[in-house]
Amino acid sequence: MAAFEPVLSRNWNVAQSHTLPVYESRGGYQAARKALTQMDPDGVVNLIKDSELRGRGGAGFPCGLKWSFLPKDRKETLMCINADESEPATFNNRILMEKDPHQLIEGIIIGCFATKATAAYLYVRFEYIKAYQILERAIDEARAKGYLGKNIFGSGFDLEIWVHRGAGAYICGEETGLIESLEGKRGWPRIKPPFPAVEGAFKKPTVVNNVETLACVPHIVERGADWFKSMGTPKSYGPKLYCISGHVNKQTCVELPLGITCRELIEVHGQGVWKGRKAKAVVPGGISMGLLSADELDTPLDFEAIRKPGCLGLGTAAVTVIDDQTSIVDYLYNCARFFAHESCGQCTPCREGTAWIYKTMKRIKLGGGRMEDLTVLGGIQANLGITPGTTICGLADGAAWPIKNALAKFRPELEEYIKTHQDPRYAVTPLQTAITMGSPTTAAVTPVSIGMSSPTGALRSPHSS
Amino acid sequence: MSTVAAPLLNEGIRAKIRAYIGRYPSKKAVTLPALHIVHESLRCVPFQAMAEIAEILEITPAEVHDTMSFYGFFPQAPIGDVRLWVCRSLSCMLTGGEEMLEVTCAKLGLHGSGQTSSDGKVTVEFAECLGICDFAPAALADDGRIYGPLTEEKVNAMIADVKRGPQPIL
Repeated sequence: MAAFEPVLSRNWNVAQSHTLPVYESRGGYQAARKALTQMDPDGVVNLIKDSELRGRGGAGFPCGLKWSFLPKDRKETLMCINADESEPATFNNRILMEKDPHQLIEGIIIGCFATKATAAYLYVRFEYIKAYQILERAIDEARAKGYLGKNIFGSGFDLEIWVHRGAGAYICGEETGLIESLEGKRGWPRIKPPFPAVEGAFKKPTVVNNVETLACVPHIVERGADWFKSMGTPKSYGPKLYCISGHVNKQTCVELPLGITCRELIEVHGQGVWKGRKAKAVVPGGISMGLLSADELDTPLDFEAIRKPGCLGLGTAAVTVIDDQTSIVDYLYNCARFFAHESCGQCTPCREGTAWIYKTMKRIKLGGGRMEDLTVLGGIQANLGITPGTTICGLADGAAWPIKNALAKFRPELEEYIKTHQDPRYAVTPLQTAITMGSPTTAAVTPVSIGMSSPTGALRSPHSS
Repeated sequence: MSTVAAPLLNEGIRAKIRAYIGRYPSKKAVTLPALHIVHESLRCVPFQAMAEIAEILEITPAEVHDTMSFYGFFPQAPIGDVRLWVCRSLSCMLTGGEEMLEVTCAKLGLHGSGQTSSDGKVTVEFAECLGICDFAPAALADDGRIYGPLTEEKVNAMIADVKRGPQPIL
């Protein structure tokens, strides 16, 4: 195989890479010109289908197939670009937008041409402040040059891109949550069907694509589907931006062909585990995907192989390394707190389940863990998410997977932690035991006397006298 | 006795909000941009502002409040000149983010996240992943300045920098 040549990140180290003149000097907008002047929309869709480009946002759905779900007789199409990158440990889209916004804009132009979308909403999370400012400038530059607006490249194709800023909600990265948020509502995911391709934003057929997915598109148009498929592993083709953070010597984002092993990513690109330690566990693709144990590090990070050791999927390919001095309880507590904070509250199993997992993990961490907690956690995670079919979106699956994988791979450590971390302040009270047994004893429910009489007038409203 | 409250949103703010209306097929879609515009000017979004946004967008104040309250992003009382988010999610936690949040609050004399320094210059909040894990443990100011990897000493420099007030980043 020929040496891998990075394309998505090829401009990152070039000075002023975020400006139009630099992007054009590096061959920018030639792919868009080619698509709009030499190809027809269906030709582009078929090219992307042939390339087997899979969505880079998390689910790995084939991009060309998604585009072909749009109804043939549609009058209007919208595109939403998902730049609400909020999965913990993921930051590749941020760098893509800050360093090379025109690559994304070119991808949007081609994607919209292929799907006949005339308006594109770029939903950027609020925290990407620099990326937002750079994108606004880049869009103005592109519009001034005639790459956006009316009759682009004389092809008769019109397109406007609008940047829409989020407001700190993780759930708006779910495609229908994003659409609801775009419409000015709370970001509550929708029940599907109808899928966005049929009825999406503002009730119009809508395509939702991730930033990195669209950034791949100009390169496929320029170099062809075979070039794209010359990289990666079966069913996982092309380049991928891997993030690596946590207990490594170098926290970074690097472009590699899909399917690199976790070990190579850590050893070569993360320059090894920090402080000369060993990895205990690795989170392979954002915290929603579960975790790999130290003896599973040779797993290739692609859409398929990562499922073998029981992970949910490749996710965002954001790897977080946890060293051997860190307790799995701390990791689980952090994940549980995140999902309890970010559950949108729409579906009861997720709203209550994530909160219950968080409460339980907090108690275990503080020294009040009980062996049966592990059984209860196992039960909660099994009933949580779209896998068992109890929630609308996959947030709950993400909350379940760290628990599921930790119970399967680190149960002895969890049991050991509970045994060795017992704080009397969190011990089970007689009342709790009685309630659990289902037969409260008199002793257990006798109120504790605090040696004070009830305050007189305690129930009286202040306005009644 | 009742008085008619003077409008809270001046013409400049209203014009900025109206400029967004042509971008979307519905006026309601301007809710989030409008909240951001108001928040940027007033450093909060009080009830009266929600009612005035509703009037501009021809929706009910309750609809604006429904959206606003979901995000937990828009305070109803003014925050400091700079909002500083300190990340506590996985990569930052592993590299000391929770300690950095505590240190930042302590050095500013705050009792916890969500509070504003007594000089009104900075509000510190915890954040779930800010997407700047290559700087972990990291913090982000709401003008876009990124701080990290943080250490106790670097927190001092960060606080001094933040207290200079909002700065342009481009």
